[in-house]
Amino acid sequence: MAAPGSDIVEEMRSRVVLGEFGVRNVHTTDFPGNYPGYDDTWDQEKFEKNFQVNVMNMMEDTLEFDMIGIDAALANAFRRILLAEVPTMAVEKVFVYNNTSIIQDEILAHRLGLIPIKADPRLFEYRNQGDEEGTEIDTLQFQLKIKCTRNPRASKDSSDPNELYLNHRVYTKHMQWVPIGNQADMFPDSAIRPVHEDILIAQLRPGQELDLCMHCVKGIGKDHAKFSPVATASYRLLPEISLLQPIEGELAETLKKCFSPGVIEVQNLNGRKVAKVANARLDTCSREIFRHEEFKNLVRLARVRDHYIFSVESTGVLPPDVLMSEAIKVLMGKCQKFLDELDLSQMD
Amino acid sequence: MAGEMQHRRASAKERGGWWILVVCKKKCLAFENVQANGTDETCVTFVLLDEDHTLGNALRYMIMKNPEVEFCGYSITHPSESKINFRIQTRGELPAVEPFRRGLTELMEVCQYVLNTFEGSIKEYKDQKENEME
Repeated sequence: MAAPGSDIVEEMRSRVVLGEFGVRNVHTTDFPGNYPGYDDTWDQEKFEKNFQVNVMNMMEDTLEFDMIGIDAALANAFRRILLAEVPTMAVEKVFVYNNTSIIQDEILAHRLGLIPIKADPRLFEYRNQGDEEGTEIDTLQFQLKIKCTRNPRASKDSSDPNELYLNHRVYTKHMQWVPIGNQADMFPDSAIRPVHEDILIAQLRPGQELDLCMHCVKGIGKDHAKFSPVATASYRLLPEISLLQPIEGELAETLKKCFSPGVIEVQNLNGRKVAKVANARLDTCSREIFRHEEFKNLVRLARVRDHYIFSVESTGVLPPDVLMSEAIKVLMGKCQKFLDELDLSQMD
Repeated sequence: MAGEMQHRRASAKERGGWWILVVCKKKCLAFENVQANGTDETCVTFVLLDEDHTLGNALRYMIMKNPEVEFCGYSITHPSESKINFRIQTRGELPAVEPFRRGLTELMEVCQYVLNTFEGSIKEYKDQKENEME
């Protein structure tokens, strides 16, 4: 084995290498006993020294941040929890009193379930199994009562449904929140509503009507995707492009075309064109360079193993930074649960 | 319920057969550990109910970072069963529950630090944006 501290060992430990025919050093290998000369025992202090979070961009519903100095096992746990284990409120039970529209009851119920509901899930409890009624602490009630009619003021020769009919499109804005118990005092008006008011639920024609009552409950994405709080949550590793030798002239232009725009810059040095890596972060890691024989040994493509570029896109129920915090708390909750149970089992 | 559990455990121990430890909390079993006959406490399979790769892989990483652990791994028994078999074998005489407990504690500490750092960075970003607005 190569000597400790040598380049080859360092590369194995810290980079995922993109080769012509495959990806090398994919798995984490820095465990105690694997590398002579390295102490890979868990060290909280060392971790705290290396760990960094840099927020790159945050909007109302999206968040992009870098998490540096952490292992895939943990980063992936956070991502998985964001997708499947951070709770939200969603329509779970639909009571259909009347539905004369063309859309069937079960399809309608499914569509209603997928509508994101603006309500802070942290203020609610999970509904107990078998409970059909629900109370103010575990249920939100919505009503959808709408009937389509002819527009008496429509011109005779019109063929535009928007002009001919009234209420022929049912949107989420037609859903009325019905407070249960003390909910009217707890939440201000318009605090509880669908996130978007312009989601089309159904289309009606004159004489058709909907009369529905909906119960929203708290749930997690593992149970049904409608409870997932994110539109998507993903991460990628930071790309690293190294030019092993200076690449000049026409080759520099060809090299530039192999990468995403903005990754390679061609500079003019004393009348010579020289390629330079401007921003490797923008690269999609396509490995296009390996189709060019001349670049195979001049460029090294890799990804930094412990640099995660997270992107979290919320459905609008909670801000994306709150979702991430909640996800971390969920993982802590899991650990605490098993620690408590261990204590219980070892008491006697 | 608790009495029943204790009885089960005692009789299993006396039989010297499979030694099954079932912890019972609020009627739902969330955790049990299974040990085969003839082996010692240094090789234990913990059955974690209602868990998957999320906790399994994160915890495996933390426990494998412990030099006293010879082997640590997990498997999902079957796609339709929501539980994992989490195996720990230690070097020397150390009972496998010790690294298991330590792994959970360390994972908690890591999460706490990640949470603090994340919230700090978010606050910094928000403050910076606010200053730019003014």
